[in-house]
Amino acid sequence: MIRLIEKFGRLIILFSEELGRIMLLLAETLKQAVIPPLEIRNTFAQMEEIGIRSLPVVLVTAVFTGMVFALQTYTGFKRFGAESVVGTVVALSMTRELGPVLTGLIVAGRAGAAMAAELGTMRVTEQIDALETLATNPVKYLVLPRFIAGLVMLPAVTIVADAVGIIGGYIVTVKMFNTSSVVYWKRTWDFLVTGDIYNGLIKACFFGASISLISCYKGFFTSGGAEGVGKATTGAVVLSSMTILISDYFLSNLLFR
Amino acid sequence: MIRLAGIYKSFGAKEVLKGLDLEVPRGEGLVVIGGSGSGKSVILKHIIGLMKPDKGGVYIENVDITGLGSRALADIRKKFGMLFQMAALFDSMNVWENVGFVLQRQGGMKPAEIKERAVEKLKMVGLTGVEDLMPSELSGGMKKRVGLARAIAHEPEVLLYDEPTTGLDPITADAINDLIIEMKERLKVTSVAITHDMSSAYKIADRIAMLYEGRIIESGTPDEIRNTANPVVRQFVTGSAVGPIKVEGVDHERHFNRA
Repeated sequence: MIRLIEKFGRLIILFSEELGRIMLLLAETLKQAVIPPLEIRNTFAQMEEIGIRSLPVVLVTAVFTGMVFALQTYTGFKRFGAESVVGTVVALSMTRELGPVLTGLIVAGRAGAAMAAELGTMRVTEQIDALETLATNPVKYLVLPRFIAGLVMLPAVTIVADAVGIIGGYIVTVKMFNTSSVVYWKRTWDFLVTGDIYNGLIKACFFGASISLISCYKGFFTSGGAEGVGKATTGAVVLSSMTILISDYFLSNLLFR
Repeated sequence: MIRLAGIYKSFGAKEVLKGLDLEVPRGEGLVVIGGSGSGKSVILKHIIGLMKPDKGGVYIENVDITGLGSRALADIRKKFGMLFQMAALFDSMNVWENVGFVLQRQGGMKPAEIKERAVEKLKMVGLTGVEDLMPSELSGGMKKRVGLARAIAHEPEVLLYDEPTTGLDPITADAINDLIIEMKERLKVTSVAITHDMSSAYKIADRIAMLYEGRIIESGTPDEIRNTANPVVRQFVTGSAVGPIKVEGVDHERHFNRA
């Protein structure tokens, strides 16, 4: 029993240590953000990597999610004659939940893994040390561009995902089940308020910043050669996905009540 | 020029440096020798401020760099160039972008000018026609040369070499030794190299210092080290598994019994 408590205690210490180090990296990143010059070229390169290159996967995911949502709600709601609200259900769930969360999870798996692997490799091959010896702050050069790119591009991709998801819902409801296109759009616009989209995008900003920060942290503090890089990459994806799913509840609680 | 005073450094429970003192006058070529894992790299990383000591001071031209902020440290680092063990070239950039990295970071130069300067530095380390290649297309010896060209691009006063000949065949290694000597003579730089390759140490050093159990136990000219009376240094420079230095994880009774 005592050993169990000991183990639990050690886990909490480890968790706090890790959280503390992530926060220190965040503080250093924010500090570097206000010292000119800004790494504009690097930031744009990262925005392309995180945003543009994630777009195809996000679009496919969003359109099919919208479609299956419409399918399930339509067939389900038909049982009590509420099939006319399918548009509302799809629009609300895409903008408030599925858009930001699915985009976040996909970007964590794609770009987060790539960041951790790249920075991790740079660490174990001493490229990060080399940057420092060449009078370049590695947090400014490597972490800050990724952080900004995550913060900016995740909401940008999310808004596309929202739109595409709603169109997916439209295709199924109107084209497959032959309901009125006017009703679908009317139901969508009548109940959707800007706050739904807005707050969804705030969540996306938070997810984007978290993915970049966690993945950079994991990569930046990699040790132990190729195996270490593998561990850092897995750790980055797991920790950012968990952060997205858990913080999603608390953010929703905060934003949508 | 460089003075390390009473440096203590531990990693977890392992005490690597235990009150290390080391001084390098301007223009000298110092080689630090010592076994694998004895903390040689740690010394270099302290000199250039990549690591901070637990106790003690690192003085660069009488300025203690251990308490400096990151910007002041960046200024001090402009005096240094470092060649890493595996060259540590940025693999997302081609050769001339690697060499011209500092110039590009400092700003104020057009890419064409930077490339010109990079080609010039590459020529100094004996490379031509490689400027547009990627690091992955280079051999080990070429990578080291590019790494050296990058280290001298901003005309530093001090060059630090982390095991410059490790992982190279004897001929390529000797070419790198010649290059290190040439750099010292042509650029008038102070240099600190760490190695366990004795033929390299004898060739490139003005002075050799031996690191053992966290301290410098002996230092002298290559000839003095070659003829040392200190049994520990003697064992190291002659490369014997039997002697006062114990090889970790090896049954020494067995060695003695056989001998």
